[in-house]
Amino acid sequence: MNTLIYTSALGLLCMLAEMANLRKLILPIAVLGLCVIFGFNVADWGKNAGFYHNMVVIDNYSVAFSGLLLLLGIFITLLAGNFYKNEESKISDYLAIIIFTLSGALALVSFGNMAMFFLGIEVLSISLYILAGSKKKELRSNEAGMKYFLMGSFASGILLFGIALIYGETGSFDLGQIAAYTAAVHPSVLFTLGVGMILVGMLFKVSAAPFHFWAPDVYEGSPTLTTAFMATVAKIAAFAAFYRLFSSCFIVSIPSYAWVLSAVAVLTIIIGNFTALNQDSFKRMLAFSGISHAGYLLLGILSLYGNTANAVFFYSVAYGISSIAAFSIAIVVAQNTGSEKIEAFNGLGKKKPMLAAALTIAMLSMAGIPPFAGFFGKYFIFSEAIRNGHLGLTIVAVINSIVGVYYYMKVVLAMYTKDSNEPVIKLKPAYSLVIAVCVALILLLGIFPSLLSNLL
Amino acid sequence: MNLLLNIFSVVPIQYYIFISAVLFCIGVLGVLFRRNAIIIFMSVELMLNSVNLLLVAFSTYHNDASGQVFVFFVMAVAAAEVAVGLAILVTIFRNVHTVDIDELKSLKN
Repeated sequence: MNTLIYTSALGLLCMLAEMANLRKLILPIAVLGLCVIFGFNVADWGKNAGFYHNMVVIDNYSVAFSGLLLLLGIFITLLAGNFYKNEESKISDYLAIIIFTLSGALALVSFGNMAMFFLGIEVLSISLYILAGSKKKELRSNEAGMKYFLMGSFASGILLFGIALIYGETGSFDLGQIAAYTAAVHPSVLFTLGVGMILVGMLFKVSAAPFHFWAPDVYEGSPTLTTAFMATVAKIAAFAAFYRLFSSCFIVSIPSYAWVLSAVAVLTIIIGNFTALNQDSFKRMLAFSGISHAGYLLLGILSLYGNTANAVFFYSVAYGISSIAAFSIAIVVAQNTGSEKIEAFNGLGKKKPMLAAALTIAMLSMAGIPPFAGFFGKYFIFSEAIRNGHLGLTIVAVINSIVGVYYYMKVVLAMYTKDSNEPVIKLKPAYSLVIAVCVALILLLGIFPSLLSNLL
Repeated sequence: MNLLLNIFSVVPIQYYIFISAVLFCIGVLGVLFRRNAIIIFMSVELMLNSVNLLLVAFSTYHNDASGQVFVFFVMAVAAAEVAVGLAILVTIFRNVHTVDIDELKSLKN
């Protein structure tokens, strides 16, 4: 509970700090504040309580995901200081929007009521529309913001209609009461239709095929830091909300939609992986890889009868930290070479061996190769899917993750086998810190997966 | 006020569902087929407002105020969304001098 309030307050503080002439102090205040909030969040572990008429429900699931989102938020905030150094007068606005986005994400993992769910998803999305279009003079950024806005608000409309139909059937927005209603009465077609519309809205938000077409354009056009934010925090929060919603009160409708979800998962994995194969922009490749990761996570939602919360959480952690590492290296490379193509990484192995090694680890982790965190993420998701009888889907997913290795290795090969005459790459301390922490976490979770594998 | 409540309860709930569904579909079709960004915004607003109508109707039907409170949330969010959307539109118009979304092609492969 406190996590959400403090995060929103920190966002306001960042906005007001500009007026108090504290521009130099905003970044340390924001990072420190998020670290303190992370501490408060950890202190909530083991509690199981609802606040404000169950608007917000705190349990281990919400605490675990809030912790992950706050950690990713701290990384992004650290990177933001240098990323926006040419726009120093606006740094407080950027940080405030980043922290507001984070508060939306936190609401999305701890909601106990449809109203909170809707507000969370909107706070998250509206802040991201601004961030995506934040390079005002660059047409690509404008275009990304516009596309994200149109698709996002369209999806919100569909989602909202679903919420209204469910309210009409059950007479309540409270997840507990909806669950009680579905347990007592067999829901009518109105309810099933409502769940279907919420499903479509959520699939839009997590960029699952066939609702994924906005993602590559938006990821490519947005400023790279925003892309990193969307690919990690927004996607993980949306998935956590998706899982929470379906496991807590829509579980009764899962059989009606099982085949839809299976088809969407297969389509998402295949489209994501095969389209990523022939991309030459690094960001676009990561966008398609993010789509395929959404497909793997959908397997976790498909088998939620078996309580796959822990597998989904582990996968999210592995995906989140690997993506942050990859994106922060991409920012460093793009700042020095001015290019976001995969060729920009040519010769990085000679120029900056440590940086190249870090990117190799991040890529291998995303490809799911042991002993890195991503391997266990995939392992847990796949074994849960097999345990719940989705053997065919799992085979497709495994074959596709082998395909995935190819495009991840393309970057690694570019770094080690090709040469370039690009200038020497300079690395800022904040970036080294974030990259080092991410790589350390990838290795730690890859070697000792039991640290998080029995958490929930 | 009482008269208004009477009207709400005399008209069967199905009518409200139908009219909301029709308005919602008009909104969806507008988003899918119109190419002018401002008209797309209006269509999205139409979708949201059809949901508001449905929520108010269900709220009266269930005799439960939470549906009406939800409408306030939706209105506030819609206002914020349109403010951001129009701001993005203005930046686009400054760069390309059009609001036709088919003109936005710089991100295609």
